[in-house]
Amino acid sequence: MSSLRFATPDALLGWLKKLAAEYRVLAPRQEGPSVLFRPYAAADLDGVSDPAALLRRATASPKGAMAPHSETLVRFSATKDEQDPAKLNVGLDAPCQAEPTVLFGLRPCDARGFVVLDRPYTSGSFKDPYYAARREATIIVTQACPAAAPTCFCHWTGSHPADSEGSDLLFTAVDGGYVFEAVSDRGRALLESSGFADAGDRQAAVEEAHARAAGSLCPPSGLEDIPARVAARFTDSEFWIRHTAKCLSCGACTYLCPTCQCFTITDEGSPLEGRRLRSWDSCMSPQFTLETSGHNPRAEKFKRMRNRISHKFSYYPQSYDGAYSCVGCGRCVVSCPVSLDIRQVVADAVKGAPGVNSDAAPAPAAKPAKAKSAKKSSGKE
Amino acid sequence: MSEHQCTCGHKNPYLPELATVVETVQETPTIKSIRVRFDSDEAWEKFSYQPGQVGQLSVFGAGESTFVINTPPSCRDYLQFSVLRAGEVTNAIHKLQAGDKVGVRAPLGNWFPYEQWKGKNVFFVGGGIGMAPIRTILLHLLENAGDYGQISLLYGAKSPADMAFQADLPGWLKHPHLKTTLTIDSPAEGWPHKVGLIPNVLKELAPSPDNTIAALCGPPIMIRFTLAAFRELGFQDENIVTTLERRMKCGIGICGRCNIGGKYVCLDGPVFTQAQLNELPPEM
Repeated sequence: MSSLRFATPDALLGWLKKLAAEYRVLAPRQEGPSVLFRPYAAADLDGVSDPAALLRRATASPKGAMAPHSETLVRFSATKDEQDPAKLNVGLDAPCQAEPTVLFGLRPCDARGFVVLDRPYTSGSFKDPYYAARREATIIVTQACPAAAPTCFCHWTGSHPADSEGSDLLFTAVDGGYVFEAVSDRGRALLESSGFADAGDRQAAVEEAHARAAGSLCPPSGLEDIPARVAARFTDSEFWIRHTAKCLSCGACTYLCPTCQCFTITDEGSPLEGRRLRSWDSCMSPQFTLETSGHNPRAEKFKRMRNRISHKFSYYPQSYDGAYSCVGCGRCVVSCPVSLDIRQVVADAVKGAPGVNSDAAPAPAAKPAKAKSAKKSSGKE
Repeated sequence: MSEHQCTCGHKNPYLPELATVVETVQETPTIKSIRVRFDSDEAWEKFSYQPGQVGQLSVFGAGESTFVINTPPSCRDYLQFSVLRAGEVTNAIHKLQAGDKVGVRAPLGNWFPYEQWKGKNVFFVGGGIGMAPIRTILLHLLENAGDYGQISLLYGAKSPADMAFQADLPGWLKHPHLKTTLTIDSPAEGWPHKVGLIPNVLKELAPSPDNTIAALCGPPIMIRFTLAAFRELGFQDENIVTTLERRMKCGIGICGRCNIGGKYVCLDGPVFTQAQLNELPPEM
């Protein structure tokens, strides 16, 4: 038997129903104009006749599966001491359990997003136990991208539409069904228990599908030495002001991004009964860095955008061996209300960056017009 | 760091150590020192830190904020945090009384490189609430004064009433190993010390940069001009040490807001030499 397995649409749905009895299954679901990762119970899957409904390109990234929009870090409660009523006895509880989860139908860019998040969350001197618990409890079943949207640029970030990095299983749509390949040990174990047929004879079809998807991408960036060149652009305020002029600081880019990790911590309730919450935050907000004294190192929006782009393409790569904190999913391009295209900003920042030899200037980047025209058509495939 | 285990078995850096306020000191109309001790004897015995490290002090229901631990590590009776009343959390902290429960996540961040200062003179400058971290390292050095050359302190506040650590000042003024200069921004009746802004008083004192470390902390505007004054006096950037302020939440380098370039003030700082800061993007 080869390492490949084949599932017909019915076999795939049957397998997911079986998984749903044992795991929380998260998969894309159309909700109004958006496609979001939502839990599917076995009963929900009874209403699905074609797996294609679970394979739509998601409007928001699945990062919430590991780092929810809002979660309780610590619960606190206090009771009056029986001997001394003036005294309070305080109890703390940190509820960081994770449900066994199968995250299904995400794209390779999203799976790589977790690899990007893993580094700050789990590789430093402090490990985030809430994120780590969910990460350990989640099996990632990724679909190789069938075709790139015009806003896609995973290849600019060192990836491709069939990249298996960050996935436990990778599957590819072929004629008549889906071919699964195990990437990790736990992916292999899950696949072995699937009962799917051997697919050794479908290797060529898989390769063809991957090649077709790769061919649908926009031209490569041709950009070189991005971290150093973006860093060299830092003091060129005029550049950042020009490129940020239309930004509304709405933060949509950060909330939809699979690699944006910023959060805030707030208390709710009273000292007697309450909880400490962690919630997504956005570096696009002027309050993000506002200090109580009134001092704000990033009061102007150009400074905030400069920090966001520098973080993704300069600071993060410098901290983590050249990896970008961007996976090229293109959601920020698709959903920006003023059509700000991060590809254009990065390409322009890199080209002729101050203090950099202009002879080494890279080839022109993808035209922003392409991204704009893509907005209308990229919701579904 | 808290040894608390999570229900999932991981060590949880977000889970505070429970502590009780043992004493409070109203330092000035706006600065209060809170002295706390962990409720768990085991956690208290095991706890150690370095001068300059910070902690997240929390009032349950109000939230947590980052403050320097401004007692020296030799103090085993309590941890002190001196807090300027400014926002929601600091207002709640100012209402604390002895016996109240708080949460502490500590120690966090780096510390003053005092080992490298041995055999050198150290010139401290504290402005306003910026005196809090300076107090920690100053007390630590005075305890080990034999290891260092001349230790000096220039401490400035707006007015005599805004001068914190009144209990320490008489001792500092007559300490055999310490040259203390106090200054206020504008003249006040009965004030026997200097009058003038810190950078100007510093230039007047004109410490020699020879074999001398400058360590300063204060509001951004004070830092800017005091740094310029030290440079004017001939101090090299690698011998100028400062502690930075940034809005912080997690305190462990993950939540993303206190970065300067790729460095997080909560994790890689708060203590930096000016030479290190020169390597970072200019985003103060």
